[in-house]
Amino acid sequence: MRPEELKEIREKAKARLGLRSGDVRVRIVVGMGTSGIAAGAREVLKALLEEVSRRNLTDVAVTQTGERGLAAKEPVVEVHEGDRITVYGEVDEALARRIVVEHVVNGHPIQDRIIEVREVVG
Amino acid sequence: MSRIEVLLCAGTACLSSGAREVKAALLEALAEEGLTGEVRIVETGCMGPCELGPIMLVYPEGIYYIRVKPADVREIVREHFLKGRPVRRLLWAGELPESKEIPFFSRQLKVVLANCGRIDPEDIEEYIAVGGYEALSRVLTEMSPEDVIEEIKRSGLRGRGGAGFPTGLKWELVRMAEGSPKYIICNADEGDPGAFMDRAILEGDPHAVLEGMAIAAYAVGAQHGYIYVRAEYPLAVQRLETAISQARRYGLLGEGILETDFSFDVEIRVGAGAFVCGEETALIASIEGRRGEPRPRPPYPARSGPFGKPTLINNVETFANVRHIVVRGADWFSSIGTEKSKGTKVFALAGQVKNTGLVEVPMGITLRELVYDIGGGAPNGKKIKAVQIGGPSGGCLPESLFHLPVDYEALTEHGAIMGSGGIIVLDESACMVNVAKFFLEFTSEESCGKCTPCRVGTKIMLGILERIARGEGTEEDLVRLEELGHMIRDASLCGLGQTAPNPVLSSLRYFRDEFLAHIRDKRCPAGVCPDLIHYVVVPELCRACDRCRQACPTGAAQGTPGNPPYRIELSACINCGACFDACPFGAIERRPGRKER
Ligand SMILES: Cc1cc2nc3c(=O)[nH]c(=O)nc-3n(C[C@H](O)[C@H](O)[C@H](O)COP(=O)(O)O)c2cc1C
Repeated sequence: MRPEELKEIREKAKARLGLRSGDVRVRIVVGMGTSGIAAGAREVLKALLEEVSRRNLTDVAVTQTGERGLAAKEPVVEVHEGDRITVYGEVDEALARRIVVEHVVNGHPIQDRIIEVREVVG
Repeated sequence: MSRIEVLLCAGTACLSSGAREVKAALLEALAEEGLTGEVRIVETGCMGPCELGPIMLVYPEGIYYIRVKPADVREIVREHFLKGRPVRRLLWAGELPESKEIPFFSRQLKVVLANCGRIDPEDIEEYIAVGGYEALSRVLTEMSPEDVIEEIKRSGLRGRGGAGFPTGLKWELVRMAEGSPKYIICNADEGDPGAFMDRAILEGDPHAVLEGMAIAAYAVGAQHGYIYVRAEYPLAVQRLETAISQARRYGLLGEGILETDFSFDVEIRVGAGAFVCGEETALIASIEGRRGEPRPRPPYPARSGPFGKPTLINNVETFANVRHIVVRGADWFSSIGTEKSKGTKVFALAGQVKNTGLVEVPMGITLRELVYDIGGGAPNGKKIKAVQIGGPSGGCLPESLFHLPVDYEALTEHGAIMGSGGIIVLDESACMVNVAKFFLEFTSEESCGKCTPCRVGTKIMLGILERIARGEGTEEDLVRLEELGHMIRDASLCGLGQTAPNPVLSSLRYFRDEFLAHIRDKRCPAGVCPDLIHYVVVPELCRACDRCRQACPTGAAQGTPGNPPYRIELSACINCGACFDACPFGAIERRPGRKER
């Protein structure tokens, strides 16, 4: 192995550290409370994971959270980018895939499905 | 891709508290919930807070679950991994994210231990991902051996195996020594009772040690290395073997490393675990296949190591520092610490503190910070009175010296040593005579017997301590202890004997009162020495349950069930403490002072 190859391995291997590395650009958070799961949050989560790993987006983390008090809009998906949180409601598998492709990869939030945009201060 | 990463501590301590069973339960629960592909489990080296094990660190939140039992696992999987609600009752320090906010971690500075508990030690690619072998690559392509030595010298790194010899200087001596081949030895004998710093590094980040050795080999002109590790460390040996074969496969050990003309390979030598075999000349004898006995120095190993060849011998932690100095620079390293003690030091913190375990601190931090901020102080509201630092070669420092910094010179000046990193916190329930006796028992047993001062001298000192502990000592005994101590220190062949009196001498220096109480008043103030305590029944607390009578092997505990109080007939009592342990009401008290015969 040459020194350049070591660098290549390093770049590739970084993906393995994934969630531990802390260089996550975007976090996609799925509400997985009881009502979320009942409304199909599991399938949404799986679709997000599939889409993210198919595109090898190493700086994107998909995680889950508890109930967010938006029971009527479940499943709820939040996209966290820096201080901005974009909240989507009534997400299904198809929308989940669109969120990854259009919002996360191409940077175009899907306006008509957004229920809230919040800036986190501090 | 996984959305959750579970780092499961697979250090020796967590494995013995059940980490394997937790992992099995985890795999089962994940399969049940259909989460197998979404949650990745990584087994890591020691995370540090050993008495809280088994420990799980969960990402992306970066929160710790502690004392996890297999029965807890299903709840964690269902509630947290599936529904996103961390299980509070099992979390460390509530829901504090990341280590920075937990006081145990926030005062630490992890350099050598940065990867321990963060990467999978059996996966070379994880090590490479965090910058592993970058230092070696840089050294081989951009630096001459002299450059490397200069950088290590400028960093101020000193040996972490005990004596604190300047590492760069040692490398230079080996480079300049005549003779070939030259050898590199990594000293992983780690014989101090209770010490496990080196074991944790080997188990948690074995490649860092291999990389440090390879850089050293390049610097001094060696092609062959030995790692001398004790047989009691099977997990360390196994992880090292894995690391060595992976490094060979990636061309990072063996012929033509990184396709340069530098070759270096490593061989593991497993020792039987005698304390003296950590001493460098005894270790060398053992590697040569001879009995592990020290010989006089000079010649030092730099001139004459195994088979009479020039040899560099450094400690595990010393080697583990090397890559950081190369990558981040000597200036960065020397900016940490005190004037003469640079960088960090790993300690195995034990004894009467809340947080025991493995810690890494910047040099210069005070003993007080180490004991109270990181250790969390005494667990039971008792008063801390001393630390024993440096193990059987070290000494006890009293509370009044807790302002001292962790610094080679400061500790030596006050009668202790930095040593390899064992530190035991003692509270008022510890008897200093007994502590001194414990360490001397250890050294007198581990003495190889080659030289008389050590073989006989330590035995005589031990005899005197035993006498004092029985309440049969005299004040002249203290003078004799000091005389003998100085003699053994000055006349012994190797460091074992030369330092063996330290625990006694330092205890005499700071805790003479306790020795005198044993001698003059026939009292053990801490209530530890069995001949200088007695047991009594507190009449108001006794319920006449008869347990003490049943437990007593000599018929000294006497009474009639239902008819309190019981009593202890001191003439028959042998101070075994069985009644004390058996009493459910705390009605039996252990009091200092010999029982009247
Ligand atoms: C009795 C005795 C036991 C020792 N045990 C160890 C040990 O377990 N590990 C170690 O690294 N050094 C040990 N040493 C120190 C070694 O002789 C040697 O100084 C050290 O390995 C050098 O490495 P360093 O300069 O990196 O500290 C011991 C010394 C003595 C006298």
